[in-house]
Amino acid sequence: MLASRKMRKSWWKILAVVCIIYAIVGGLLMPAPDDIGILAKTIRNLHFHVPMWFTMITLLVVSYIYGIKFLSSGNPMHDTMSSSFVKVAMLFGLMGLATGSFWARFTWGTWWIEDAKLNGAAIGMLIYTAYYILRNSIDDEVKRGKFSSVYNLFAFPIYIVLIIVIPRMAETSLHPASGDTVGFSTLDLDNNLRKVFYLATVGWILLGVWIATLKYRLTEIKRIDEEI
Amino acid sequence: MRKYSALLMLVAFSAMAQTPVDDFFYQSGKIYVVVAIMVIIFSILAVYLVRLDKKITKLEKERNEA
Repeated sequence: MLASRKMRKSWWKILAVVCIIYAIVGGLLMPAPDDIGILAKTIRNLHFHVPMWFTMITLLVVSYIYGIKFLSSGNPMHDTMSSSFVKVAMLFGLMGLATGSFWARFTWGTWWIEDAKLNGAAIGMLIYTAYYILRNSIDDEVKRGKFSSVYNLFAFPIYIVLIIVIPRMAETSLHPASGDTVGFSTLDLDNNLRKVFYLATVGWILLGVWIATLKYRLTEIKRIDEEI
Repeated sequence: MRKYSALLMLVAFSAMAQTPVDDFFYQSGKIYVVVAIMVIIFSILAVYLVRLDKKITKLEKERNEA
């Protein structure tokens, strides 16, 4: 069996599409706190920019788990899962950086600032780019899988520290939930935003998983074809 | 591109919720155009994913039977 049954199911993919369309329509048309200082209506970007990162983290968690599984099992399917999910996670990271940068440029006047979270996110992308390069440099499949999985073993915790832990510890920050700013606790997120945000996040995460499973399935087909 | 940036900056740098541009978008119903465009873009992407999914399923079925 090349792909697990769960990957071929449709219900969660339909849910992803529905949730995201809801995020677009509801995010733009439903009431929202459009009067918070300089943000004005751009607050609605919340439903798009932030889920990119939640999706990236989710995909990296899956990749991490399968990396560990590969180290203990040696099953190449596990390595394919691990690497496919990293690759799609990077796609979402790229979108997260691009959307964040664009949002910042037109709301606060700059493409980038020296901020703990932003720097952490950028370094995180570099770390996983190195993962890519590492994989490409090794021809032997088993070695490639083992080296990548061990790299992942270090890379993922460091990534979490870079984008979540250190920003929270920073003294000041311009980014929500870092340094001295407030974040997504119950007191801070407006109820109107919540109505869209939670479903938007679910939708984007499911979409990310869908794309990652497609990458996995295609890679597995190619791998097995080459074996034959 | 410049017209677009100017428009966006007009919206973004304002501290008020309702700027003349917002009114234009919301009251004239033009916001629906924006929503429609985004839904169209996303729907096309979704259809692409569905087709890709089906192609891959077909390939997998062939491999499993072989």
